[in-house]
Amino acid sequence: MTAVMRTDGLGHRYRGGVCGLRDCTLEVPPGRVVALVGPNGSGKTTLLNMAAGLLPPSTGTVEVDGMPPGERLDRIGYVAQDAPLWPRLRVADVLEIGRCLNPRFDTDLATGRIHQLGIQTGARINTLSGGERAQVALTLVLAKQPELMLLDEPLSNLDPLARRDFLTSMFAACSDTGASVLFSSHVVAELERICDYLIVLRAGRVRLAGDIDELRRIHRIVTGPTGWLASGGRAVINERSGGGRTIALVRSDPSNLTGPGLEEATPTFDELVLGYLEDDEPIAEEALA
Amino acid sequence: MFRIDGGSGVPVYRQLVEQVRREVMLGRMDPGDQLPTLKEVVEALAINPNTVAKAYGELEHEGLVVRRQGVGTFIASAPPARSLAAPPALLNSLLRWVRRAKDAGMSAEQIRGLVAVALEEDLADEAAPRRTGGVA
Repeated sequence: MTAVMRTDGLGHRYRGGVCGLRDCTLEVPPGRVVALVGPNGSGKTTLLNMAAGLLPPSTGTVEVDGMPPGERLDRIGYVAQDAPLWPRLRVADVLEIGRCLNPRFDTDLATGRIHQLGIQTGARINTLSGGERAQVALTLVLAKQPELMLLDEPLSNLDPLARRDFLTSMFAACSDTGASVLFSSHVVAELERICDYLIVLRAGRVRLAGDIDELRRIHRIVTGPTGWLASGGRAVINERSGGGRTIALVRSDPSNLTGPGLEEATPTFDELVLGYLEDDEPIAEEALA
Repeated sequence: MFRIDGGSGVPVYRQLVEQVRREVMLGRMDPGDQLPTLKEVVEALAINPNTVAKAYGELEHEGLVVRRQGVGTFIASAPPARSLAAPPALLNSLLRWVRRAKDAGMSAEQIRGLVAVALEEDLADEAAPRRTGGVA
């Protein structure tokens, strides 16, 4: 299975020396829906912009289908944050622009979807609701028939019904064309039913990447009397204490046996993600500089 | 059709697998019955198609369902013994026990907790011989 997207030592430093992303090495396997999770400022949008060919790497490389993104633009569909479209244009004009700019653009698919969603093709973009605008942006991307969809916080301003419509359309496209999706969000709760692969970014670095079921399998939530960690020798990701008990997220190793007084469980998706978002590894001052 | 409990902490694919198992165990689905198609499940629940495919794959692997290319997924004509419908006597005795627990003033939550403890203790007994040594 060849990765649809691959980065190696990828980094970007903004003007003024702010580091958007550093030393990012990862692969997006084909046909997966990948969650890109991290707090604000952790590098999600920087990574997406570099994957879309909009931002040049300062260090390292990014490849889509084995080539720099700039040479693969026909295979990449990008919906930036808040689905920006020209506000004064009519929906029909936006679709026409999509058709002119993209050689593989499926006009029937695009107009069919817009009708199905009940959006008037004569309406100007700035008269649409947030959910409708997101759907028009997604329609452009789907009609382009990309192999890699990059979606930056696509659900952030949508009400529950619009979210559901958006996701259903996205999933239908995934199963019809086998496209991969890289989907950023800082809302953890709903990601489990959306994604099957997880990338956690924190302070511009990749903290965790892999298949979600596999990641849950190789981690444990261990509860024990306060101080048990000292006897551990395990890779502790995150721990909290209270009421005489310490709860820790650890990377498990089959040779690690349960100790006396310790309880183990498989972490839930939320425990896994939150554990890595607030892990105890100190971030060097240098990394933030 | 399936239901997803987002707050349960149980992986979505596992929830799907367990719901099919339960339907068969309770005799609500019979051999030859068709499961909803992948597309139907994705549209109804707005969940990742890979998750549904994984659930159906696991059910097929354990022999509970068969997939016919281009037709659909069906409950197998001879499901594995452990997936067969539960003997009605078992359910009846459990119902009697639940009524006793209620009469003793226990809440549904407490009853669930008791069942979970009993299951865990039974599993721990089975696993006991392998649980030697301390923290590695």
